[in-house]
Amino acid sequence: MTPEELYKIANIEKEGQAQYKHTINVCVAAGCMSSRADQVKEALEKSVERNGLDRNCKVRGVGCMGLCAAGPLVHVEQSNTMYQGVQSTDAPEIVQSLEKTPVKRLELPMSVPFFTRQKKIVLENCGVIDPERIEEYIARDGYQALLDCLTTMTPDEVVQQMTQSGLRGRGGAGFPTGLKWGMVAKARSDVKYVICNADEGDPGAFMDRSVLESDPHRVLEGMAIAAYAVGATQGYIYVRAEYPLAVKRLKTAIRQADRMALLGSSIFGTTFNFNVDIRLGAGAFVCGEETALIASIEGKRGQPRPRPPFPAESGLWGKPTLINNVETFANVPPILRNGAEWFAGIGTEKSKGTKVFALAGRVTNTGLIEVPMGISLREIIFDIGGGIPDGKSFKAVQTGGPSGGCIPEQFLDMPVDYESLAKVGSIMGSGGMIIMDETSSMVDVARFFMEFCKSESCGKCVPCRVGTAEMLDLLQKIIDGKGSQADLKLLEELCDMVRSTSLCGLGMTAPNPTLSTLRYFKEEYTSLLIPDEEPAEVMK
Amino acid sequence: MTDAKPKAPSNDKRWKIVDATMRRHGYAGNSLIETLHSTQECFGYLDEQALRYVAAVLRVPLSKVYGVATFYHFFTLKPQGEHTCVVCMGTACYIKGAPEIIDTVEKTYNVKAGETTADGKLSLLTARCIGSCGLAPAVVFDGEITGKLDKGETLKRINKIMATAGVKQS
Repeated sequence: MTPEELYKIANIEKEGQAQYKHTINVCVAAGCMSSRADQVKEALEKSVERNGLDRNCKVRGVGCMGLCAAGPLVHVEQSNTMYQGVQSTDAPEIVQSLEKTPVKRLELPMSVPFFTRQKKIVLENCGVIDPERIEEYIARDGYQALLDCLTTMTPDEVVQQMTQSGLRGRGGAGFPTGLKWGMVAKARSDVKYVICNADEGDPGAFMDRSVLESDPHRVLEGMAIAAYAVGATQGYIYVRAEYPLAVKRLKTAIRQADRMALLGSSIFGTTFNFNVDIRLGAGAFVCGEETALIASIEGKRGQPRPRPPFPAESGLWGKPTLINNVETFANVPPILRNGAEWFAGIGTEKSKGTKVFALAGRVTNTGLIEVPMGISLREIIFDIGGGIPDGKSFKAVQTGGPSGGCIPEQFLDMPVDYESLAKVGSIMGSGGMIIMDETSSMVDVARFFMEFCKSESCGKCVPCRVGTAEMLDLLQKIIDGKGSQADLKLLEELCDMVRSTSLCGLGMTAPNPTLSTLRYFKEEYTSLLIPDEEPAEVMK
Repeated sequence: MTDAKPKAPSNDKRWKIVDATMRRHGYAGNSLIETLHSTQECFGYLDEQALRYVAAVLRVPLSKVYGVATFYHFFTLKPQGEHTCVVCMGTACYIKGAPEIIDTVEKTYNVKAGETTADGKLSLLTARCIGSCGLAPAVVFDGEITGKLDKGETLKRINKIMATAGVKQS
């Protein structure tokens, strides 16, 4: 592949697309697929054929359009018309309306805040391109950033760009990406690895899955750029086996990139070689922790080990290893294409760029959104999310999954960035955002996450293995109405102990959901306790 | 080279697929998880015979193979029923009533979550999160994801899959 060939592919694809007067995009990501979007697509294709429109109307499957709640979604590109809840039987009507006015009955106005308030960088191609065709990615400036890096920049300059952009790890902890790349780049070794963490374990989050299903090449390009910057030649994508569609599309993408020599040896005629392999996760939340993930790729049980040494010095097979999350890699190509200053201009002082959230729970518009850092929770939940359905009132929003916390109403106007979320006892997390209304019991939510952490604890260190089990017992006791004031106190002490003495992030953050609900919804706990018969303890 | 590769436990053609996976990874011990994935995909679950065979070919201690097979939730050592009903228990589904769905199915079919009915017809399973949070609560009936369910609709769907001929796993 030469630069000229890349431009040629892009131009041919653009010309091919311009031939069509109408392009009907059907969402074929997992959300809409489970609402039978494949049948809708088939019906639309048949309808186009029957109306003799094959020559100027194209039906294609695209990635996630975001508003999963209203699926299956169909978008007519030229007239920018979005249709919601489309059934196979609606196909003829949609096709016949192409030359006339849109079908009012199914139309979803594009002027609603759900669409207008978002800012798409990571998701810029999601719902726009066919994820199974590399040509469409290339036509949207795909692999351009890789070409520029390989031919006009030194690895040092790439790392510098990343540092200047201010991008922070999107896996949850928010470690500066440029700093991490720099550490691996400096490590001395003839063999280095790049790993993409796609083990999206947070129950209630599906950002990474959507990106992999909708725009897999973006992640491959990000990984290749990272490999060039740090000096690696082999990459692994560690992806959940529970995401079969994402795995399938990743495999297709790798095959296509291999065939076009965008992966492999002497990429763009340079001396840079890079190969990517997929490793399937097998359902262990702890494997999101980088050292546990490495153990799993090595074919072992996914148990973390103490750090240091950090993977940047000694990672996979003992070699320096760069591990970033899917969304982090997906941010890389646009940053290098548009420049670090452009990216640094979006967001807040310490949190740059955008963040993808999976909006779910008791909110009207459930789905996938991307917003600039610094937006308020209220805007996300009430403007973009459309508020709480069924006339119920808002109670709390949970971010960060089992490692995060519940944020009550008084903080709704707080800006969404790493520091602000940490200040109120939660974390940015990977992007799960679960809304709860008045019907949700916060003690039960705390129990739910504790049960999760207990069952996901790998069992290596005692504080996490025993602590989570004990805390779960206490929470269950309180919910059963058998808990006393002393139990509540013990629970608080255990939270503190497990948090400060566990080996890895799973244990260290396991108490967060409990701690945050104790902080903001303590009356829900105390109302469940057995009433104190006069302060016996004090009398002693 | 040293001694020959152990023989497959039976003439079942599916072992060829498992063998191919191991060969692709050069029979390296670190391909254990990939091999177990391949075995489970072929046979539906991992039985003792399979674990012993994989351990022997990859030259990994059986204890380690068993350790890995039981550490990860995705692997199952028990055969599943003719039909499966996997209820998602991710946070979004939980908030939106997945526990009630499980409760109803448990009572109606006299089966506990994670187990199979006595007649081997239906397995009721739970998943950590299938990533269909936008469609909560979601259930996977015989591999087909269905969203926005309630108790009644779930039972209707189960009746529907139970009426069809299931795939009997060996």
